[in-house]
Amino acid sequence: MSADKQDWPLYEVFVRGKRGLNHVHVGSLHAADDRMALTHARDLYTRRNEGVSIWVVRSEHIAASTRDEKDPFFAPSADKVYRHPTFYDIPDDVPHI
Amino acid sequence: MTTSLSAEAPPPGHLQEHFDATISRDQRIEPRDWMPDGYRKTLVRQIAQHAHSEIIGMQPEGEWITKAPSLRRKAILFAKVQDEAGHGLYLYSAAETLGADRADLTDRLIEGRQKYSSIFNYPTMSFADVGVIGWFVDGAAICNQVPLCRSSYGPYARAMVRICKEESFHQRQGYELLMTMMRGTEAQREMVQDAVNRWWWPSLMMFGPPDDSSPNSAQSMAWKIKRHSNDELRQRFVDMTVPQADKLGVTLPDPDLRWNAERGHHDFGTPDWDELMRVIKGGGPCNDQRMQRRRSAHEEGAWVREAATAHAAKQAARAEKGAVA
Repeated sequence: MSADKQDWPLYEVFVRGKRGLNHVHVGSLHAADDRMALTHARDLYTRRNEGVSIWVVRSEHIAASTRDEKDPFFAPSADKVYRHPTFYDIPDDVPHI
Repeated sequence: MTTSLSAEAPPPGHLQEHFDATISRDQRIEPRDWMPDGYRKTLVRQIAQHAHSEIIGMQPEGEWITKAPSLRRKAILFAKVQDEAGHGLYLYSAAETLGADRADLTDRLIEGRQKYSSIFNYPTMSFADVGVIGWFVDGAAICNQVPLCRSSYGPYARAMVRICKEESFHQRQGYELLMTMMRGTEAQREMVQDAVNRWWWPSLMMFGPPDDSSPNSAQSMAWKIKRHSNDELRQRFVDMTVPQADKLGVTLPDPDLRWNAERGHHDFGTPDWDELMRVIKGGGPCNDQRMQRRRSAHEEGAWVREAATAHAAKQAARAEKGAVA
């Protein structure tokens, strides 16, 4: 069995595609430490100029919201329509607003 | 990942309904969504087999890296084989989002408990085989994989998008290699035709058994894991490949192959399904060799994995000591 391999933790990989964009999650990989995770991420996820910057983070260090996208956790943002510009009626002849 | 906030779980009936509604709206299922056990198991099996195929798929062409006739061809082949490794890793990563354990998947492959594509159990006899693999095998993979970019499971679909982008290079380098050989000597043209003769039928078998004897297909299509049946995809591959063979100047080894104007498709002969079953069950020309090679690579790499683990532990201990002092 491969007990040795099980000791390599799982990392999540985030890549900035080009300057001006956010880092985006692209997948995961196993590595012995942070440095190896970065070099593996370069070899695995940026073989064709897909990135200019990489973040890696141990998967176990990510805290996540609950599983369901329709979760009540997000309800407070749904019932505050006044946060959106379309909530406000402005006459058509008012310019640039 | 850890869950910092947990809402009260809705009852199972509600969960199933929510899952079904997500699928029927053509939305994606994501890793932490509730999903039926069967859906999860089917996906893990399919994604793992797909990943294993990519990893074993490094071998038939890898054998030709040192024997490729020019530095250009060596560099191309190196990049292609590296891509196959990458594809395997994207897919293992997707399988892990379903709770599969990476080391366990590796064990399942090297202990023969999980399968990989039958195609990689055929030998690469000449350099023309490298070209034909790119043209047929990667071409068939593209037919199979493009619809999987819309598969209902998000991480699988996203892995397929990355893979499909790279497969196009694989197919084109193969076809270009064959065009070069066809412009060469008579002996080179014969090598290409010989490789075409050997790889055509196994390539058609890559799409799996015919629809009427593919028991899991209907459920996979209902779950939108698969989007097209085996026979539909096989037909698409034949229709795509025939004009390419004409341009190249080779003959596809099927006396029944002809255009059917009524159907708007090519008619073609029946692959030897007994051969497919034999190869899947381990009786292909290279099954033992491929497995042996994968096992020894894993075993001979053990010291590297152990050394990296030891180094990481030492560095972590030093950093901790430094922080205390």
